[in-house]
Amino acid sequence: MASVPEEGVVTPDGRQIGGVLMEMKNITLRFGGVVAVKDISFDIRKGEIRAIIGPNGAGKSSMLNVISGFYNPQEGEVWFKGYRRGPMKPYEVARLGIARTFQNIALFDGMTVLDNIMTGRLNKMRSGFLAQALWWGAAEREEIENRAQVEKIIDFLEIQNIRKTPVGRLPYGLKKRVELARALAAEPQLLLLDEPMAGMNVEEKEDMSRFILDVNDEFGTTIALIEHDMGVVMDISDRVVVMDYGRKIGDGTPAEVRGNQEVIDAYLGVAHD
Amino acid sequence: MDQLIYATEVLLNGLMTGVMYALVALGFVLIFKASGVFNYAQGVLALFAALTLVGIQQGQIPFAHMINAMFGTHLETFGWTVPSLVAILLTAMVMVVLAFLIEKLVLQHLVGQEPIILFMATIGLAYFLEGLGDVMWGADIKTLDVGLPQGISETIEGVTADWFGYGFFIDRLDLWATAIAAALVAALVAFAQYTKQGRAMRAVADDHQAALSVGISLRFIWVMVWSIAGFVALVAGIMWGTKSGVQFSLSLIALKALPVLMLGGFTSIPGAIVGGLIIGVGEKLFEFLIGPMIGGATENWFAYVLALIFLVFRPQGLFGERIIERV
Ligand SMILES: Nc1ncnc2c1ncn2[C@@H]1O[C@H](COP(=O)(O)OP(=O)(O)OP(=O)(O)O)[C@@H](O)[C@H]1O
Ligand SMILES: [Mg+2]
Repeated sequence: MASVPEEGVVTPDGRQIGGVLMEMKNITLRFGGVVAVKDISFDIRKGEIRAIIGPNGAGKSSMLNVISGFYNPQEGEVWFKGYRRGPMKPYEVARLGIARTFQNIALFDGMTVLDNIMTGRLNKMRSGFLAQALWWGAAEREEIENRAQVEKIIDFLEIQNIRKTPVGRLPYGLKKRVELARALAAEPQLLLLDEPMAGMNVEEKEDMSRFILDVNDEFGTTIALIEHDMGVVMDISDRVVVMDYGRKIGDGTPAEVRGNQEVIDAYLGVAHD
Repeated sequence: MDQLIYATEVLLNGLMTGVMYALVALGFVLIFKASGVFNYAQGVLALFAALTLVGIQQGQIPFAHMINAMFGTHLETFGWTVPSLVAILLTAMVMVVLAFLIEKLVLQHLVGQEPIILFMATIGLAYFLEGLGDVMWGADIKTLDVGLPQGISETIEGVTADWFGYGFFIDRLDLWATAIAAALVAALVAFAQYTKQGRAMRAVADDHQAALSVGISLRFIWVMVWSIAGFVALVAGIMWGTKSGVQFSLSLIALKALPVLMLGGFTSIPGAIVGGLIIGVGEKLFEFLIGPMIGGATENWFAYVLALIFLVFRPQGLFGERIIERV
């Protein structure tokens, strides 16, 4: 199965994949009687694009929510950058350098695109309460610096023309893109994307795939993503975890996973969107 | 013509009252937006702040009455007085500590509960604070004087007398209160719009999940908005307390904020400002124009009737968001 040596590898397209960035050890997560995640272990390596796939209700989002601290598992250990992470609040996880998007898009609808993306930088801004009141200059300089970073991301994701639009008015596909932009604004070490292409047309999916690859390539960001579209998964991911009914049933390169009988069975006769 | 001049005077007074209403309503809006709590205790917060301010200013020993009853002592004051500005700063600090305690002891345990439960909790809080105020500082009516000018403004009276042949009666305290309230409202809007914490506050008001995902601590924001609401209550308490003494009725100013909120929308900062002005001007003008025909005393109920009529046509308020169930 997963076959990456400790010191890392260079992928066929020349990208460097390093050591373990995040490791999940025997994670079990229950909601009352429902076991959403059942004794799952896997790792995410520095610089890689790691996909999590599986039928509806397999527990993919739950797994991502464990990584981002939105759920705390009843059993198992979460290791990040070589340290074991205790139970944490989502905002604390975010401050560790883990950014995310949501399956059902969670944006600040009342704010403009620019303001939404700026919130991604809140933790990069140091000026406190009093400093801002007493010494407006420093706060203003900081705001301008962060604004410049945000403008870079806006250019990168090609959303210049909607900068001042309130997010609530945007079509679905663009909302997804703004959400990605906000996550990127935090300059995360690990980026978690929950179905970044769900509900998109072919063209939008191609754009999003390209953005994800570009982010990984240009900023070296490690990415873990959930996706239903097999074509996309096979195209862009380095390694794939396959889940079914809360269990892990496969883990390896796209080619390895595709040939795995258990995976094929899990997908047979299951309708996907 | 005379009628018009009188009406102008009434209008000015209405505007000034309206700014105060807006200020009190803002306290509600901030907490409601950021945490979904309708804070019934906002008025008592103002009373408590005013009591604390007087107590600190006059060097009262907190809980003196209780201590005396328990130990047979005769404590009353420390024997010093504290300058107004220092006393105001100390009271502001007390309000921040109070905000922290409210979050720690009450709200934190009710995260994710139904809004009605949170509302009930603030009712409990209101009665608790009222009692605490009494026990800490005594239940007698107190006069509050932080050095704000009072009495009829002779300048305005003179100028208007020159212009219209009729001198306007405008209280200098009202002028100051209006100026201070307006400045505070402007500062709050600027804070929400242009600062890091303000942006975080708006983010929390908009979507909790998303706010968490960008690293905002909800608890920090809640303590912050309750502190701000406490500060707003302090300012309102100073104004009202100076005008009519620090006593229980001060907490009823919150009742004036309710129609303002119905009019302006519970989630809108501009709504609170415009709603406050409309109610302030509306009730004064109504009393002036219609009041005499129907026996007066309309100020008690006019705001509510206006708000109710308004509710029928626009339930979400002037600027409020339409309530759409989120799934
Ligand atoms: N907050 C929750 N409370 C109770 N049950 C939950 C909760 N979140 C998820 N579940 C349950 O856990 C199981 C896994 O759900 P999850 O959302 O992780 O699946 P998924 O693989 O992301 O599915 P999809 O492809 O539909 O997004 C489901 O049975 C779901 O009903
Ligand atoms: Mg999911």
